[in-house]
Formats: sequence, structure tokens, C-alpha cells
Amino acid sequence: MNRSIRRVAAGISVLFCLLIAQLTYLQVIAADRLATDPRNARTFLRDFTTERGDIISADGVVLARSVPSDDEYRWQREYPTGALFAQVVGYQSVVVGSTGVERTYNDVLLGRRSLRLRLEELGDVLLGRPPVGTVVLSLRSDAQLAAREALAGQRGSVVVIEPATGAIVAMYSNPSFDPTPLAGHDPKQVQAAFDLLRADPANPALPRAYRERYPPGSTFKIVTTAAALAEGIATPGRTFPEVTSIPLPQSRNRIQNFGGRACGGTLEQGFVRSCNTTFAALGLELGPAFPTTIDAFGITTAPPLDLDPSAVAGSGPRPEQWKLEQPAFALAGIGQGPVAVTPLHMALAAAAIANGGVVMHPHVVAEIRDADGRVLRRTEPQGWRRAASPEHAATITGFMVATVERGTGTAARIPGVAVAGKTGTAQCGQGCPPHAWFVAFAPADAPRYAVAVLVENGGTLRDEATGGRVAAPVAAQVLRSLLGR
Amino acid sequence: MSGDGGTFLTDRRVRELGLGLLAALVTAGGYVLLALSEAPALPPDLWGFLAVVLGLFGLGHLALRRLAPFADATLLPLAALLAGLGFVTIARLDLAVPPERRLALTQAVWVGVGMAAFVGTVAGVRRVRTLERYRYSILLAGVVALLLPLVPGLGYEANGARLWIRVGTLNFQPGEAAKVLLVVFFAAYLTDHREVLTTGSRRLGRLSLPDARHLGPVLVPWGISILIMVNQKDLGSSLLFFTVFVAMLYMATGRLAYLLAGLLLFSGAAVFAYRNFTHVTDRVQTWLDPWADVQGRGYQLAQSLFALGEGGLTGTGLGLGRPDLIPNAATDFVLPALGEELGFAGTLAVLAAFLLLVGRAFRVAVEAPRPFSQLFAAGLATILGVQTFVIVGGVTRVIPLTGVTLPFVSYGGSSLVANFVIVALLLRISDETARGALDDARRRARHLEPAAVAP
Repeated sequence: MNRSIRRVAAGISVLFCLLIAQLTYLQVIAADRLATDPRNARTFLRDFTTERGDIISADGVVLARSVPSDDEYRWQREYPTGALFAQVVGYQSVVVGSTGVERTYNDVLLGRRSLRLRLEELGDVLLGRPPVGTVVLSLRSDAQLAAREALAGQRGSVVVIEPATGAIVAMYSNPSFDPTPLAGHDPKQVQAAFDLLRADPANPALPRAYRERYPPGSTFKIVTTAAALAEGIATPGRTFPEVTSIPLPQSRNRIQNFGGRACGGTLEQGFVRSCNTTFAALGLELGPAFPTTIDAFGITTAPPLDLDPSAVAGSGPRPEQWKLEQPAFALAGIGQGPVAVTPLHMALAAAAIANGGVVMHPHVVAEIRDADGRVLRRTEPQGWRRAASPEHAATITGFMVATVERGTGTAARIPGVAVAGKTGTAQCGQGCPPHAWFVAFAPADAPRYAVAVLVENGGTLRDEATGGRVAAPVAAQVLRSLLGR
Repeated sequence: MSGDGGTFLTDRRVRELGLGLLAALVTAGGYVLLALSEAPALPPDLWGFLAVVLGLFGLGHLALRRLAPFADATLLPLAALLAGLGFVTIARLDLAVPPERRLALTQAVWVGVGMAAFVGTVAGVRRVRTLERYRYSILLAGVVALLLPLVPGLGYEANGARLWIRVGTLNFQPGEAAKVLLVVFFAAYLTDHREVLTTGSRRLGRLSLPDARHLGPVLVPWGISILIMVNQKDLGSSLLFFTVFVAMLYMATGRLAYLLAGLLLFSGAAVFAYRNFTHVTDRVQTWLDPWADVQGRGYQLAQSLFALGEGGLTGTGLGLGRPDLIPNAATDFVLPALGEELGFAGTLAVLAAFLLLVGRAFRVAVEAPRPFSQLFAAGLATILGVQTFVIVGGVTRVIPLTGVTLPFVSYGGSSLVANFVIVALLLRISDETARGALDDARRRARHLEPAAVAP
């Protein structure tokens, strides 16, 4: 009998070997695939059942925090500033996913990315402190408030950047939304809130500042000027004829000056008075060489913003269009036609001129701190592109200062501070009131802030609106608040 | 007790005590880790917990010292280790549910009851031969136990299987008791009829077949298994019964023909069941492709595989995973629940413990002097081994899932009690064997002594 008992025992051992082999497969070989399978709810739940780090503004206001909750998730995300930062901070949602800083810096907020030496982390764990990071934005709540106040309910965006670092100080768009209902834990209520948001024709969930494209109008003449200087087509002193309009090649249409007035003179005068005829002519003269500078400003690229969903790319004329579509280049010269940009693009263009021609990497997060407030990582300023030479940037700065002193941008004057600015009134088609633009930086000699203001469809002035009347005062108000004037 | 017996005793029981302390240490360690995952402090009831763990083990240990001092040293510590790990896993799952659905305390009480049953068995069954004598009463008791859940008003259905009875507020799975009782009967029956069953009287080609009437022993358990499957929809027990009895028949006779006949009968029943019972069809199709319907039919198995994958090599750490996402994590799916947080290291340790447990049980069988004891121990060993394979294989997709408990580890009183009784019986057999060997040695020594001093 012993032989057969031994055989059965051996058979059972073989069966156990099968089990061990299968466990080796499941827990070693296929482990990663199973753990990260999208149908495995664990990854998702882990994000929602652990305490997350805070997101705070550069001036120390808490923008997002986790508070204990009684439900299965144990933590509830809160956004004390509501709509003010919603389009940057984003939200963390069980149902509709996460956006903004909540999404881009998820690993840091969860403490999943190794922040420090593991030994130190172990200490934190034993002390009952989650090793989560605090994300500190470069955005300031006072700047954000100033932007909201200056827009005064008009639909549009304000973007403020530090030219030397690329740090975004304010980025606010109207309308915005309150992220709190989206962070709720009841899937039905969250879905209802989300559907409501999506159904709103004003589309408040859209971060216009970096994800919506508009024709930039005359603010784009900064880029046209830089291109003309770079290609050696124009010098500041070159004069252009005083005309009311110029003909377009390959077309029977003409490009007119604003209000049908005669406009011309030197390049500087054309810039200060925003003569369409002058810059349309330059656009044609630049021709297929124009896109080079447009690309150099980063207009046709998505700015590498540390947000998710991130900034979108703008557009401009392509060299291959030259042969058949020359009017596109004339229109591009005045920021119409094929040109479409986000407010962020124009803020970066102004910042480039302010920063001696170099566009810096834009970013919304300034630093990562640990639970004790120690700085773990700081976003170092990093050059992104060279848009213009320092000399040309200086020349354009002069033009922009003159524009605010005595040209179309006088509404942006701030007593005691030299402001460099450029207006834009962008046509958007028949029966569509123009978009009012203003880009500026100040102080002109030692720039601290570059700003882009867009007011959709003329704001409160509707068809009467110009960049100078509607957007320039908004920019001035924001700059005054930031500079303490 | 004479000198040589004393050494023997100290040797085995001292080793048992040492191993038992290790098992208690592992259990308490798991309990501490579990508490640390919740708060940065030792559990306030740690010393009480440790006292209960040591107390329960000590109870069994002392009973053995007194009543079966020569029994195997590893079986009780292995059972204690598995029960401890099971308790920690169940206590961990409790963290995720509201207080009224917590199971750990009940499980602890059942471990206590299991230990009581263990001591009771060691004390009550002083000689294995006694069991052999009452074989038919035991068979009757086993069959009655099997049929109890079918009695209206007493039995009820849970999770699609009718294997429970309810008396007042207490729930039992009498099938667990039936399992042990029927193994006793079969060991006795097969010991009696070994000769007849071994000598084939008919020949079919090169195979010699036993008389049709001797095929009875194969057909009866097969019939019982079919009955369980059809009436109680309990695939796991059905498979377990049949496999164990066929294995016992083979062990009793050493004839492969019985294994082949068993396999044929099993295949026939399996194909029939697959075609005719939707719950069987479902199980098999889920096994073949759990990913086809992850949100529906394949949900349980997929959650089990996700949990095991999530655990990886070393696990997420106790209290830091989400084993509560697995349905029935405390019962059928206790291994993936443990495997998520303790990883491959943990599941391997559990399987190693089972392998040792089953291996020791077979060793007890091989060493036993009498055919009945041998067959009985081997049957019990086979139950432990096959049951472990059926459930672990089921939750890891080696075989289609059939719900049986993982011995000692799963939540469930009937199963715990039955398994502690199995271990107690194995220890009784082991003690008898050692005692017999000891007596032989003494007898020989007595006979030799005068010769040695003779001139």
C-alpha cells in the first residue's frame, strides 16, 4: 500500500507545483500588466482614497486641499477659491477624470513619486505623516483677483507672465466654473454637474487663456515687425506711403486702414498708429520668409505649459501657401487671415520682447514642497526659443512704449511707469463684434510683468470696441495692481 | 515513562512548542503590521491578542503532551500558522467594511471552537481502531450530514449552493463533517475488501477488471458526488469527494484500473454537467476566458487575478492594498486577498505550509503500522491536498473555479472545526505509530537484556 500512497502524494505534489508555477506567472511575470490593466480599479481608487497634498498659490492661499470624509473614499478634495483658479488647478473627479495641476502633478500630490531619500520617507510613514508633496504655483491670488476684477464680467482672458522666468503670475478667463461639484463622490451628481457645465453655451470649462485660439489682430504687428527687422526688409526709419488701403495680389479685395483713414509714415509711426496698410505690405514683402519668425515666437507650437490638458498650438501662414494664396501673407501681417493664437501665445510674445528676444518656458508651478514646507524642487527658468535679437527687441520695445505714450494704447498709461504695449482689434467676421486685444509689459526699462488681455467680441462695447478702448484699460488695471500703483 | 520515552517526548513536543511560538510570532507580526497601516502605533490589544494566540496554541500543545505525546511535531504548528495568517487576512478585510459585517471576531471564536474540537478529538479518540469498529454508524452519520441541507426548513441556499443548515442563529456546513466521516468509513470498508478488490477476475485485453459487484465502491461515491452536484449545486465538494475516494481506492488496491475508471466516470459526469447545468457551463467558460466579460461573469476571477498581479513579488503591504475589491475575499478568495498585500512571498509561504502539512500527513500514513490507519491517514492527507488544490487552482485559473474553503485560512466555522479534527486524527495515528514502535523497541530490549548479561 505504501507505494500507491507515495504515488498519490507525488501526484499531489505535482499539482502543487502547478499552483506555484501559475502564481509565479500571475505575481511575477504578468504582475505589472495585471496591476496596470485599465479594468483594474485599484490604480484609480488609490488616487481617490489617499490624502493628497495641497495646492497653494505663490502668496500662500490654499487652492486645493483634502479634508477627511465619512464615505468610502475617506478624503474629500476641496477648492476654497472656487472658480478663481479652476482653469489652472483643475479638479480631481471620480467620474469625469482629472484636469489641470491636479492631473499633471498627480504623482507628487499623492507622494507616489519618490520625493526624497527613501529612508527619510520611512521616518514620515512611521510618524504617520503621508509623504505627499505640496504644489506651490507661480500664480498669485491677488493677481488672479485683479484679473477677474479688471475683466469685470466680460468674456475673455488675462495672462500675466514674468518675462525673465516664464513664471505665470495670473491666468484667468471669464467665464470660469466652480470645480467643487465635480470633485464630489456621488457619481450621479458629478455627472449631472458635468453635463450642466458642458451644456452651457458660454463653455466655462474651456480654459480660453491657453486652449482657445483667436485672431490676434494688430497685436501681431509685434511679430511682423520682428520678422521685417530680422529679414532686413525694414529699418525703424523706413517710410511707407500714407494711403487708406492697399490692393491684394491674386485678388480684387483691398486691405483698409481702421476707419478708412489714411495711414503711413515711418515703421515706428505705422506701429504706433497701427497702420494696416504698412503691415499688410510688410507681410507681402516677407512672403515665404514670414513663417520663420512666426515659428520663432512659438506661435505655431503648443507652448510647453505644465498643465494637462496642455496649451494648444496656434497657426500662421505656411511657406507653401505663398504661390497660390499671397493675400494670406498680407492678412497675416496684421494678425488676421491664417493667424490664430491663444492669449498665452501673445503674452509669451510680449514677454519675449521684454526679455531681450528670448521666450522662456512658461510654467504654472513654482516649486514642490514636502509636508514640513521644505522645498524639494524648484522650477528653474529655462529658455524656450529665441524670437528676436536683443537689438530688435529693444527697437520694438521703443515702438511699444511710444504706442502707450501717444498712440493707440494711451488708455494703458500708468503714472510714473513706462508701459510698453500694443493694441489689437481683431475682426472675426460679419455680424461678429471684434475681439479687443492688448499686450504689454512694464516697467519698459526693467520689465517685471508681461500681460496679454483678450476681451471676446468687444466686451461691453460690442461693435464699438477697439483694443485701446476695451482691453488696454484692463491691462493697465492689472499692471497697476501688480506694480502697486 | 521510561528514559527513552522521555527523550522522545521532549524531542517532539519541544520542537512543536518552538515551531508554535514561531507561528504565533508570524501571526502577531501580521497583526502589528495591520495596525501600523491604520495608525502609527502598536495595536492597543496586542498583548491580549498574543495571549489568546499563545493560549489557543498552548491548549492544543498541552493536550498533545498529555494525550498523544509521541505525535508528529509539525502538524499543529503548521495548522496554527495557516489559521493565524487566515485570521490576519480576515481582520484586514474587516477594515474595509462597517462593524456589523466584520468577521474576525467570529473567526477567532471558531478557531477557539476548532481547538476545542481538536482537544476533544485527541481526548475522545484514544485508539483509531475504535473508529474502524463503528464504520456503519459513521457512514450513516456521514450520509445524514450530507443530506441535512436538503431538509426543508433546516437547510438553506447561499451563493447558489445549498450546503448550509441553520439551527437557531448558528449556521453549519454539515458537508465538512461528512467529509471526515466518509473517509473513516471508506478507509474501513476498503481495508476489509482490499483482497477482493485487488485480484481482478475478468480480463479485458491486457487489463484485468474486478467483478462488477466490486465496482460498487467506485460507483457509490460517484453517485454521491453526482447527488451533491445536482441537488446542492456544490461543484467543489462534489469534485473533492470523488477525487478523494478514487484516490483512496487506488491507494488501497494499487490498481491503476480504478484511477482510469474514476477518470472515465468523472469525464462523463463533467461533460454531462457542462452541457446541462448552466452554472457549470458558466464556470468553465469563465475559466477559459475570464476577460470576455469582466464586468459580468468573469468579474470574480478577474478581481482575483488583478489582486494577485497588484501584489507582485512582495505585495502592497498589509492594509495598503484593496483586497476588499475581490468578492468573497474572506472565504473562497482568501488566497488572492492575502496575495495582494503579502505578494508572491506570502502566497508561496502559504503553499509551502500546505505542502509541508500534506507531506507530513502522508508521512504519517506511510509510517502507520496497520492498513486501516494507513488508509485513513492517507485519505485525510488527500482531502487536505486536493481541497487546497481545488480552491487555489480555482482562484488562480489553473482549473475552473469551484467553491471550497482553503483549509484553516478561509473564514468559516464548519471548515475550521473539520480541519482541526483532521489534524487531531492524524496526530492520533502518528502517536499510535510512535508508541507501537516504542513498545516494540522496549520488548526487544527486554528480550535482549538477559542474553546480553548471559555468560
